[in-house]
Amino acid sequence: MKLTLKIWRQKNAKSKGNFETYQMDSVSPEMAFLEMLDSLNKRLVEADKDPVAFDHDCREGICGSCGMYINGHPHGPVPAITTCHLSMRFFKDGETVWIEPWRAKPFPVIKDLIVDRTAFDKIQTAGGYISINTGAAPDANNIPVNKQNSDKAFDSAVCIGCGACVAACKNASAMLFVSAKVSQFALLPQGRIEAKERVKAMVDMMDEVGFGNCSNTGACEAECPKEIKISNIARMNREFFKAF
Amino acid sequence: MGKLISKIPEGPLAQKWTKYKASVKLVNPANKKKLDIIIIGTGLSGAGAASTLGELGYNVKSFCYQDSPRRAHSVAAQGGINAAKNYQNDGDSVYRLFYDMIKGGDYRAREGNVYRAAEVSNQVIDHYTALGVPFARDYGGTLDTRSFGGVQVSRTFYSSGQTGQQCLLGAYSSLNRQIKKGNVTLYPRREMLDLVVIDGKARGIIARNLITGEIERHSAHAVILATGGYGTIYYLSTLAVNSNPSAAWKAHKKGAFFANPSFIQIHPTSIPQLNEFQSKLTLMSESLRNDGRIWVPKAKGDKRPANEIPEEERDYYLERRYPTFGNLVPRDVASRAAKERCDAGYGVGETGLAVNLDFRDSIKKMGKKVIENRYGNLFHMYKNITGIDPYVEPMRIYPAGHYTMGGLWVDYELMTTIPGLYAVGEANFSDHGANRLGASSLMQASGDGYFILPVTINNYLSDEIKVPKITTDSPEFEAAEKEVVERLNKLISIKGKKSAGEFHKRLGKIMWDYCGMVRNEEGLKKALVLIDELRKEFWSDLNVPGTVNEVNQELEKAGRIADYFEVAELLVTDAINRKESCGAHFREEFQTPDGEAMRNDEEFCYVSAWEYAGEDQPHILHKEELHFEEVEMKVRSYK
Amino acid sequence: MALAGLFLITFLPVHLIINLMLLKSDPAPFTAAAHFMATFPIVRIFEVVLFAAILIHITYGIFLQIKNWLARPVGYVSGSKAETSFFSRFMIWTGSSVLIFLILHFINFYFVKLGLVKGNPEDFYNMARNLFAVPAYSYIYLVCFAVLGFHLYHAFNSAFQTLGLNHRIWTPVVKIIALFYSIVIPAGFACIPVILWILR
Repeated sequence: MKLTLKIWRQKNAKSKGNFETYQMDSVSPEMAFLEMLDSLNKRLVEADKDPVAFDHDCREGICGSCGMYINGHPHGPVPAITTCHLSMRFFKDGETVWIEPWRAKPFPVIKDLIVDRTAFDKIQTAGGYISINTGAAPDANNIPVNKQNSDKAFDSAVCIGCGACVAACKNASAMLFVSAKVSQFALLPQGRIEAKERVKAMVDMMDEVGFGNCSNTGACEAECPKEIKISNIARMNREFFKAF
Repeated sequence: MGKLISKIPEGPLAQKWTKYKASVKLVNPANKKKLDIIIIGTGLSGAGAASTLGELGYNVKSFCYQDSPRRAHSVAAQGGINAAKNYQNDGDSVYRLFYDMIKGGDYRAREGNVYRAAEVSNQVIDHYTALGVPFARDYGGTLDTRSFGGVQVSRTFYSSGQTGQQCLLGAYSSLNRQIKKGNVTLYPRREMLDLVVIDGKARGIIARNLITGEIERHSAHAVILATGGYGTIYYLSTLAVNSNPSAAWKAHKKGAFFANPSFIQIHPTSIPQLNEFQSKLTLMSESLRNDGRIWVPKAKGDKRPANEIPEEERDYYLERRYPTFGNLVPRDVASRAAKERCDAGYGVGETGLAVNLDFRDSIKKMGKKVIENRYGNLFHMYKNITGIDPYVEPMRIYPAGHYTMGGLWVDYELMTTIPGLYAVGEANFSDHGANRLGASSLMQASGDGYFILPVTINNYLSDEIKVPKITTDSPEFEAAEKEVVERLNKLISIKGKKSAGEFHKRLGKIMWDYCGMVRNEEGLKKALVLIDELRKEFWSDLNVPGTVNEVNQELEKAGRIADYFEVAELLVTDAINRKESCGAHFREEFQTPDGEAMRNDEEFCYVSAWEYAGEDQPHILHKEELHFEEVEMKVRSYK
Repeated sequence: MALAGLFLITFLPVHLIINLMLLKSDPAPFTAAAHFMATFPIVRIFEVVLFAAILIHITYGIFLQIKNWLARPVGYVSGSKAETSFFSRFMIWTGSSVLIFLILHFINFYFVKLGLVKGNPEDFYNMARNLFAVPAYSYIYLVCFAVLGFHLYHAFNSAFQTLGLNHRIWTPVVKIIALFYSIVIPAGFACIPVILWILR
């Protein structure tokens, strides 16, 4: 299968950047998207050209490293998967594929398709934890948790921190990401104790690092590779109001 | 052999750790603040150690090559984490967990270490639960467990098929708390390129900032390696593609012995290779063997679709060969059995290199909903990759390189042969012997990081309290940095034709073919020749575009692969040396008439710890004899 | 934002009921209602709150929108193809259109003063009917209410979500009510000039 790739190339954070066009003549439908880029990079390296830089690691959809904006969608057009799991069989022969980095002020481009997502870490550092020291925990079964709540907490906890929600949102809002962590802990008795401090600290940091606001468009939910629901955002809002 | 002192405390097995804790030297809180500790890696062991040492008041510097600590490859562990809680009342105990691990590891691990790992496992579960890790629960609100390979109790705690992610995010959260408190400083996107040893003690590292390309010096009173394993030596493996042994290898070259390098676990249930460009093999959790049945057709070369093959024409070969453990035999046994069937011509799929993992009977028995609850994300993942719906058709699976039991040699305190240098988690060799049982890597990594190292390291640091902050201006730092820079420049100036990835792929193939699931002397010797040839080609025909002073992913890869050639040689050398079959190390020359591994306890009941002797010098073998006082060494049988 | 919006939402039916009295050929009920609204003390207090709500809603809306634009200084060449609620993407624009209408609405009586529309500035009944007699005004009026409908549909759902009221059962119900509301209210307003036209 033949494809035309339009890839954002940017040497470093300070340079301007532009789209480069690459022709791919023999893409196998069995390849994963990143493997297709690997083959492009191999070609570039052999021609002594700078390969396309992109973040990637586990290649099984769980580490959250990879993320590209492909043809109008974070992680490409197939729902509920990460870029590394995007199979080339979802593309048509002769198609033009636009590949862009996440675009958000708090996610500045480092090089090509790599963006700096430390803003996410900052939010987690602000309050995304339960304060307990190693060794201080009671026996695990001394904290019974309603199964339904536990399952819900898990559904929120599966966030991989890739940033697709921010990339998808027209406001570059990080509400889905933040609310997933707030929800996970809000649903568990262990997390209730410092629920108020947590939600305030995390929301404040989210605003401080420059993410936009939620206008409930639902783009984040539609594009989240882990299918995190926007009901988490409502829960975070609830927690936020309760915190005052 | 004077160099290998394992420091196992005296006394009865069950008392060793308690006794050790009671007598270990301590550092008072005021002094802790004066001591710096560097930790490389932010997986369960690294983040666990960083946060716990931060809580204790040490000055911790935490490094990872990823953009965030949350991406460490512990995140990808699927099935679960073991603990001897006996919540199921099915006869489990610390002793039984210990015994299962010793037996599962084919009697090639230290009793003292393994018992301790089993002992702290319960604390690990308590801690993660308190951190808000959403383990699966029963309707009464208590924790649920499931079974894993090689054991007859249900002791595996889990969060659907992403237990590693949940535990790692728990560890990440505790790390974040210490970062906020200022006890831990985080250095993401840094790669350790050398260890700095001053007067025989580990005193710091040289790291490359992966964004600016800057070479940085960092000093500390102790250095901890939590850098994981070297399973990507096969190129295609279940590991993250950037996982690498370079940090451990640099430490090895500075004097840390490397133990049991040839013990690599081949995981039985991974999605088979689908195309030649493939960069990675995706694991399908071992937990699937709880409810999935493994089979191949009874007739050779039967290419009918699986669902058209009637029951009586299916060979459930694990259930047939191992009636007691059935589909839940340990990983090494399951992997070899799959290879045996495929080599004999019974494999399924186009390549014939796959076996069926079938959920038909479980779905019939328990309903689709139950299966979906247990393995939903794995089924989703499988369908995504292969386009086949495992609710309808059996999964096709094949073994893949997965976990390295081998690693840096450490004593009971988890210290390597370089004073002040520690190795935790998969990076060390200590607890799994020749084969690791499922769900015990999360357990061991967490135990090492949270509960063991933060105790044992005090014994060393208590003698360091008078040592002032270590300057990075010393000649040792100077020399290490110079060496690092020279090597980077060397890699970038070869200006050949081939990409680093291509060499990795070829090295991986050599290793898989000659030093994979089944090995023999002839093949291993051939591998040594092939590796050497490839290494020469690498150093003359590699191309790394770009410069050192920028983001340069090709340069990162090239550096790691350059190390991999050396790791590969040592791995093969160890495999040649070990003239027996044990656990994951299966030598064709040493097997029982029915094809099971044949140990040689007379001659090989030891840990092989290899000392680096210099460029192009053969490694020196040191043996740490293993003594079994509590368990009787038996032929491992799962029949 | 959401609270102010919800308050505005509750005000709309009241306004609509009064407006519907325009359809009667007898001006008395409309005038009485208008008089009541203009003089009853509690209503006067509500009026202050209403204007405050409008001001808050507008200023906050613009402020947030600017912040949101700043959060993505560089956009995507391949656009956004995410499946979202369609009208949610244009809230600032639909909101602005409604604002323009509001301005128009408040300066209606100036039209009378300027002689563009016949009537007594104190007589709202006839003034309104006369305004609707101007076709251009009616067209603008109809378009604006269509746009208000779009604005309301997302606003209604969104307000509940923002206030943290998301529920497995009730959220879908709210969605249906929102759809109903965002059609009926604007349609109610819009039917007035249409009926007046037909009757004429």
